[in-house]
Amino acid sequence: MDLVTPAVGLIFWTVLIFLILVFLLYKFAWGPILGMVNKRTKSIEDALNAAEIARKEMANLKAENDQVLKEARIERDKILNEARELKEKIIAESQEKAKAESQKIIDQALALIENEKRAAINELKNEVATLSVEIAEKVLGKELADKQSQSALIDDLLKQSKL
Amino acid sequence: MKVANILSALALMLFTSVQVFGNTESEQAEKFNPTETIMEHIKDAHYWHFFDKKDAEGNLHPVAMPLPVIVYANNQLDVFMSSKFEHGHATVTCGTNQYILHHEKIYLANQYGQMEFDEAGNPTNVAALDFSITKNVASMMLSAVLLLLIFVGSARAYEKHGQVPTGLRGFTEPLILFVKEDIAEPNLGKNADRFLPYLLTVFFFIWINNMLGLLPASANLTGNIAVTFTLSFITMILTNVFASKHYWIEKFSMPGVPWWLQPVMTVVEFIGVISKPFALMIRLFANISAGHIIVLSLISLIFIFQTVFIAPVSIAFVLFMDVLELLVAALQAYIFTMLSALFIGLAVNMGAEHEH
Repeated sequence: MDLVTPAVGLIFWTVLIFLILVFLLYKFAWGPILGMVNKRTKSIEDALNAAEIARKEMANLKAENDQVLKEARIERDKILNEARELKEKIIAESQEKAKAESQKIIDQALALIENEKRAAINELKNEVATLSVEIAEKVLGKELADKQSQSALIDDLLKQSKL
Repeated sequence: MKVANILSALALMLFTSVQVFGNTESEQAEKFNPTETIMEHIKDAHYWHFFDKKDAEGNLHPVAMPLPVIVYANNQLDVFMSSKFEHGHATVTCGTNQYILHHEKIYLANQYGQMEFDEAGNPTNVAALDFSITKNVASMMLSAVLLLLIFVGSARAYEKHGQVPTGLRGFTEPLILFVKEDIAEPNLGKNADRFLPYLLTVFFFIWINNMLGLLPASANLTGNIAVTFTLSFITMILTNVFASKHYWIEKFSMPGVPWWLQPVMTVVEFIGVISKPFALMIRLFANISAGHIIVLSLISLIFIFQTVFIAPVSIAFVLFMDVLELLVAALQAYIFTMLSALFIGLAVNMGAEHEH
């Protein structure tokens, strides 16, 4: 029966020691430890949140970069197209110009040729006139000899005066 | 205490075996009474007893540490060392009071300076009010110092070595978080933080004392009804002091109970208030004491059979039991804390779920 009868003295000491122990451990162990664990939990949460924010910012930055890159690409294409158009325009213009120039040269050449021709014709005419006069002189000098030789002479003269 | 017994058993065994083989000198004087021995080991004592030594004449002398005796009787408080009792052989006189240590209880001697017994053999002397630092109290103080060293040390380490739990904290922090997250929070919910210091302290107090109880020459603290009574009483007080108003409303008007049944229900409910912590008290006391009794009984086999050849069997079984008791030590601490949290949680959070 002694075994299941609580001793007053032991109850007294248990209450005293246990309550002091609860107080001391609360003050110097559980409080600081749990405080530190909570603080650490919070700092881990904060770190995770910060990482999440950084990740989002990175994604934003990447999207922005992509946007800039895309715009740059469009700009480049635009510039290239413009350059190409300009080139084609310049080529067309110069071709046009060259064509006109060559036409002008041809025209000038043609005009020159015409002039030369005319000059030649005039010269020929003069020549022909002179020749005719000479022939006529010769014909007139040799007239009367015979008819046959007259015409032969003419032929001969004509042959000589072939242009 | 159990392993203490193995040691003292081994020491005693040497002598007994000498007796057995080398012809007995005082056989009737050494008659072994297992029940008495076991009960002596289970109960509290005014000495911290280590082992017995046999002198040249064959008399056993206990080797024990005396502890302070604090007694109150006849409006007089007396303090002296328990060695004055000379293990119950002497009476101690302090002023007009004369004390006798009889079966680890302190009585006031009668006018002849002796014990008196009735026909059944029970002492009729007046028992003194005993506030001694007994073996259990000393052991409890030791465990308190150990707990303070371990956990205040852990707390200090956070300031000194940063937040990463290294060293001792690698052991203590998971246990603290286990009590917080697996015992307190599931049962107490948002009120967990208020009761966490008590739950943590009671968990580690019971656990360390259960384990200390397994050590050689140690006290059977958590197997003492006074200690388990105190702990469960604190749980009962917390349960009822911090209970929500719904807890008390349901005691007197339980919903869905006809009016004529209500008085019976109220009585039943109040029995419940007592029986829950009562179960806590008995569970811890019985589990730890039973473990000690089994181990002591196994060791006693050696002395009952009076042969050294039973010792290997005893030691094998005791080893098995000690390992089992190590598990029981943690398990009982867990169960006590768990049920405390459950009872407090039920009382504190009752009605909280109706409010939102």
